[in-house]
Amino acid sequence: MEDGFATLSKIVGERESAIVARWRQLLVEAGGSGRIKDAEVEKQCQDFLASFVAGLGAGATSVNDPAYAKARELLGEVSRSRANQGFTPTETATFVFSLKEPIFEQVRASYPDDAARVASLGWEMTQILDQLGLYTMEVYQRSREDVVRRQQDEIAELSTPVVKLWEGILALPLIGTLDSARTQVVMENLLQAIVDQSADLAIIDITGVPTVDTLVAQHLLKTIAAARLMGADCIVSGIRPQIAQTMVHLGVELDVVSKATLADALALAFQRTGRTVVRKAIAKG
Amino acid sequence: MSATTDEVLPIRESDDVVRVRQAVRVRAVAAGLGLVDQTKIVTAASELARNTLDYGLGGTARIETFTGSPERGVRLTFADNGPGIPDLERALTDGYTTGGGLGLGLSGARRLCNEFEIDSVVGQGTRITIARWK
Amino acid sequence: MDRIPILKLGRALLVSIQVDIHDRLAKALEEDLSERIVATGARGVMIDISGLEIVDSFMGRMLDNIAAVSRLLDADTVVVGMRPAVAITLVELGLSLTGVKTALNVERGMALIGSGQYEEIDGDDALEGGDERNDG
Repeated sequence: MEDGFATLSKIVGERESAIVARWRQLLVEAGGSGRIKDAEVEKQCQDFLASFVAGLGAGATSVNDPAYAKARELLGEVSRSRANQGFTPTETATFVFSLKEPIFEQVRASYPDDAARVASLGWEMTQILDQLGLYTMEVYQRSREDVVRRQQDEIAELSTPVVKLWEGILALPLIGTLDSARTQVVMENLLQAIVDQSADLAIIDITGVPTVDTLVAQHLLKTIAAARLMGADCIVSGIRPQIAQTMVHLGVELDVVSKATLADALALAFQRTGRTVVRKAIAKG
Repeated sequence: MSATTDEVLPIRESDDVVRVRQAVRVRAVAAGLGLVDQTKIVTAASELARNTLDYGLGGTARIETFTGSPERGVRLTFADNGPGIPDLERALTDGYTTGGGLGLGLSGARRLCNEFEIDSVVGQGTRITIARWK
Repeated sequence: MDRIPILKLGRALLVSIQVDIHDRLAKALEEDLSERIVATGARGVMIDISGLEIVDSFMGRMLDNIAAVSRLLDADTVVVGMRPAVAITLVELGLSLTGVKTALNVERGMALIGSGQYEEIDGDDALEGGDERNDG
């Protein structure tokens, strides 16, 4: 096995420029590389090939071997940058897979009369490049997930503003689904606002929450429990008739006062904090 | 995932529980965990360190920071040669009010962590590994 | 060995927990508090935990103990100043601290103490003109 890698290393090392040239040609034919400057692609190909040669030379059979650390690092960069630029997974993996043909051509050229040798070397090369190709895909995938997570965080931040309704009375209008990640953000924002504004009451309005199942109810309850531990209380508002019915059918119990509208909740909040609203006659003239 | 150097702290007296908390806090901050994540892992560490002391009759806490991609965080291992936990499943669902159980609060500690592994043999000891990452 | 200081604030006793509290200190505090409640006739105990970065089950038990003992001595217990991260963690941990009232700060906490229906009028003070009745 190592003999084969050593041979491959030698062949690729000796024909580097030819391989890079052919590789770049194939990448252009595959399309999509127009988004990256030629000079950059060339550098990526050269750097990767050099590290690939080094890995082959060390005779490592797995790409997790330290000998391939540099190669993986380079592929990681290639993959992440393409993921961020919106390349498709196939376009990204093509970077590695299109290297097979140029190398195979050189192997065939080195052993024109030894079909068995060519097949064996071709097979070993393909195994390593497949592993590297898969690695590229994994990094790509993780990068895309990071992008999505960042966007989710931003959405969570934007959609959980805490509003001051009155001295000591806050409102938290929730919009959208409440999953555990969002609940974290919601809780932190609300609790911090309670501290910053010395609030007695927080009105959690769920008009904009599409469904309240046991999971969502759990998240709401946690938020309310945390607020209570800090000395503030909560009122839930905006429970639509359908939501109320669903909750009863599911056996969901919210141990908190709930009102149909934010207005009702505000009225209750005034009452609880000892305030009365008085209508005065507006002087005319 | 590459791990950085770990440290092992003894848990022999109640002051050690405080030391473990402080060490975990330092590591959690270094690993870049947010305030809530820090608080959760330090609290879980405090629970488990105390268990190691009170129930496990003393032991050690190993603290490891890992900074890989995509996760960076803290991993802790609490080990003792105490009596071990009989009926592990029950102990994991028990809360703090004993009612016949051990009241170790393992289920609570587990909820605070991203990773929770427990190994316990009656008469030999207990080993619990927890981790929290960003 | 230090003991945590207990201050008198009107009709209440105020304890401020700043440091990482360990077993001996916790036990000493429980003892000191019960003695002081009786000695001063305090109607409430205010525990300021704004300096605490974490509250674990040990601390939770201590607070519950203090609350239980205080109740037996006819005093309310109010925990004030819990940090958001601590509140979130306590909820996740499953500690409910049912025996204590909570408030955002000492000022709010004082309003919760002795908020019963009857206001006590000390017989002696009434005879002396009643000013001392308004002492807290």
